Order: sequence, then structure tokens, then C-alpha cells
Amino acid sequence: MELANLQRFRHAPLPRSYTDYLGRQIFLLLLTIQGVAAFALITLGVILKKSGVAHDLMQPRIRQEINRAGASLLPMFMFVALALGFLVIGQTVAALAKVGATGYLGSTMVIVVVRELGPLLTAMLVLARVGTANVIELGTARALGEVEALEALGIDPVHYLILPRVLGMALGVFGLTIYLILGALASGCLCAFLANVPLTPGDYFRQIAEALNWLDFALLALKTMAFGFVIAIVTCYHGLAQPLRLEDVSRVTVRAVTQGILACLLIDAVFIVLYLVT
Amino acid sequence: MSEPDIHPVVLEMRGVRVTALRDPSLALLENVNWSVRAGEFWVVAGAPRAGKSDLLLHAAGLLLPARGDCRLFGCDTREFDETQIRERLRVGFTFADGKLFNQLTLAENIALPLRYHRRHAEAETARAVAGLLELLELAPFASLTPGNVAAVWRQRAALARALALSPELLLLDHPIGGMTVRHRRWLVDFLDQLWRGHDFFGGRPLTLVATTDDLHPWQQPHRKFAALHEGTFSELGAWGGEEFVRHRAVRELLAEAEEER
Repeated sequence: MELANLQRFRHAPLPRSYTDYLGRQIFLLLLTIQGVAAFALITLGVILKKSGVAHDLMQPRIRQEINRAGASLLPMFMFVALALGFLVIGQTVAALAKVGATGYLGSTMVIVVVRELGPLLTAMLVLARVGTANVIELGTARALGEVEALEALGIDPVHYLILPRVLGMALGVFGLTIYLILGALASGCLCAFLANVPLTPGDYFRQIAEALNWLDFALLALKTMAFGFVIAIVTCYHGLAQPLRLEDVSRVTVRAVTQGILACLLIDAVFIVLYLVT
Repeated sequence: MSEPDIHPVVLEMRGVRVTALRDPSLALLENVNWSVRAGEFWVVAGAPRAGKSDLLLHAAGLLLPARGDCRLFGCDTREFDETQIRERLRVGFTFADGKLFNQLTLAENIALPLRYHRRHAEAETARAVAGLLELLELAPFASLTPGNVAAVWRQRAALARALALSPELLLLDHPIGGMTVRHRRWLVDFLDQLWRGHDFFGGRPLTLVATTDDLHPWQQPHRKFAALHEGTFSELGAWGGEEFVRHRAVRELLAEAEEER
């Protein structure tokens, strides 16, 4: 009933004043946040309560999702890691070397690549490649009545459709971020070597290792898993949690991607605060 | 003192308001009072958009009544949750268009409820699926996805999937829609066998409820009829009975069928 009201509200005639329009947008945003948060809690509940249910059926589905949001993206990430290393890190190393500031290399790399660029870029790419597919698949399934068909078979749609995607994406984003960071740092080193920067690979990696501490590893794991979880929740929410018709699927896909990006940036901001206070 | 009925009520609706799946604020039927006893074969007739599918979704507990009570095997459908999954699985449901999962083959579709609910070995599940494929003459299409088979085979696969867990009550939404005469006859005969007790299910009789907008194929005295007309649900008794022949919806549906012939 709430969702039906939300749909009616969303499609009501445009208010005449800008303040009314702004108020409607804020109200819609709050309703969406409420819906996504409730969906996230339901999903967490299902993960905790049903981890052992239909094990033989669910394990391959979870592996398939890990493969889709992780392993199958490795070739693309190899290219992105190379590009990131050459375009960003190589230039940073060269610039630092020009002003004789190679001593700051380790901390610069850790801040730029390990803490920020690696996780955020991975999240954006996974959102674009897998998140959009999630919304389209689930939206189409919803529009074709497959969710009702699952319920008719006594199968919890959140367990069968959402749980594998959430776990797959959380682990996929984590694994791909590690891969991207390592690849980018290595290709950055190669770029510096090719550009004749007076810095040996040994010094380069030693500085990075010295700049890293246990908190970087812990927060990196937490942050990437949070990115994966949130991307999965936002995309699955838009695909599954609302009644859809086939013609709605493209519209909700755009909305899900926009909200996924905003949610990731918000999480990133929270982690920046965490880095600053610890 | 009246003798107690030996057939328990498996589905009961009291004062139910049936709303539309797509718009819960739209009431399609008001004050539905209906009892289905074990071993009965009901046919619910009504014109397109009369609310047949939504009535069946309410009956299966897939939609909750906006008003009134709906009970399946004595359990209020509003209280259905994970703890009552056993009761839930006593009901089988087939949708009008089958609603198979497009990314799975027909065999995988049929195996899905078994793999989810039963902790059987793969070989045992495969045996059960092969039996159902054979029973519904689906074996040649087992490895095809739903998009690659005709609608009639998709409907049979949906029926096989609903039968996989051996339900006691089978709800069929428009099972003969869009079928040729040959397929329609096969299906009605097959449903009769299920109702009497098919050997495949150990001879245990099933309770059946089917919706339709074409009454002729269901013309047998052992079935009970109900009709939906102008937002009301009416029990009509057996084929040809006084209430049956007098009901406006029945007369309209039969006249339409005559015109089509």
C-alpha cells in the first residue's frame, strides 16, 4: 500500500511553486532512503536467518554471483589498473621526482590509490557493469511475475534472488579493489622506470609499505565490502522491491545507478572522516 | 444430530474483499464466502478482468485480503510465515501464463522447488524430475528454456513444477487458455486423473480449483461451479443445475462460446 502511494505521489501533477517542487523531491528522497534502509535490514535478516537453507541450491548461485561481480571482471580491471598506473601514478611519481619530493611518495600513493581511487573506481565500475544488469534482470523478473511465481513455490525471493547478489558483490568489490590497487601500483612503478625517474622499484615499494598501517587494511576491507553491499542493495531494491511494468525498467535502472553513485560517495565521505579521526 | 462431514475444509474465505494485484486500492470482488473441501473439483468462471486470477492469488495466500478472512488448511493466510512453510507447500499454484523462470530450462524449472525445499540427493531429484517430464509429455523439451517452447508446453511445465512437491490442493489460473482442442482435452483429462488419484502420486486424490472463461471443456457432473459477475462471487453447484443455468455470467459465457463455434 505504501509503495502504491509512493507511485501515485511520484506521478502526481507537478506542483506550481519551486518550494513545493523542492519539498516533493526531499520527501521522495526520504521515502527512498526509508525503503532502501528497510530493504537492507530485511536482507541482513535473511542472510543471518537463512544461511543454511537450501545449501546445495544456493552455494552455486553465490559462486556464480562472485564470479560475475569479481572474477569475470578481471580482464577489464587489468586494463584499468594499467591505465590508472600509467595515467595517474606514473605522472604523480614523475612530478614528485621533479621537485625532489620522492620521500612523500609512499604516503601519497596510499592516500590516492589505496584509500580513495582504488575502492571508489572499483565500486563505480562494478556498479556500471553488474549493478545495471542487476536492476534490469530483477526488474524484468518482477514485471514478468517471476517474484510471485517464487512466492507460490514457497521460495523467499530475497533469499533466492538477493542474497547471492549481495554476497557476490560485497566479495567481488573487495577482491577487485585489491587487484586494482596491486596492478595500479605495479604499473605505476613500470611507468616511473620507463620515464627514467630516479627511484628504484625497491625504494618505491618500501615507501608504500612503510606508509601503510593495519588500519588501512581494516578500513579498506570494510569500505569495499560496504560499497559492494550498498550497490547490491540499491540496485536490487529498485529492481525487485517495487511493483514494475516492463516499460518502467529503463527508468528505474537510471535511478538506481544515480542513487548507487551517491550512496558510494556518501560512504566514502564517512570513511574519510574515519581516516581523519583515527 | 447432523453427521460430521468426513472431508475437511481446505480453503475457506469469509467476507473477503478481493483486490487487484497491480493496484491494491482497486476492489474487484466484495464479500466472498467460499469453502472448498478436500476432494472437490471447483471451476470458477468469469469474463476476462472479472477478478479470477486475483481471487486465486488470495486463495493461495499470495495476496492478503483487504477485508475478511482467508484460511488454508485452517491457517489464516495473514499469519503465513516461515514457520508455516509446511502448510504453505500443501498448496500448488499455476499461473495463467506459466510464469516459468526464463533463465532456467524446463527441467531446471521443475527441479527448483525440489532443490529448494527437499534435501534430496541430486540423483533422486533428477529421477523425480524425469518422472514429471514423462508424465506431462515434456521430455523432448527438458533442456530447452521457456522462450524456446510453445506456450502450451510452458503451461504443462508450470503444472509439473506445481506438482513437484505433491500438493494436496492445486489452484490453476486459466489452465486451458489459448490451447488447441487436443491439448485442452488432454489437460482436462489429466486434471481429472489427478482429482481421482493418479498412480504417480500414489493414488492420493487432489483437491482442484481452476478458473476459466470457457465453460464447455469442464462439462462434467463431478465438478462444482462458481461464477464471478459484477464484483460478486456466487456458488452455482453442479453443471446444469438450476442456479447454474440461471446465472447471468454463465449464460453470457456459454453464449460467447457458441458464437465462437
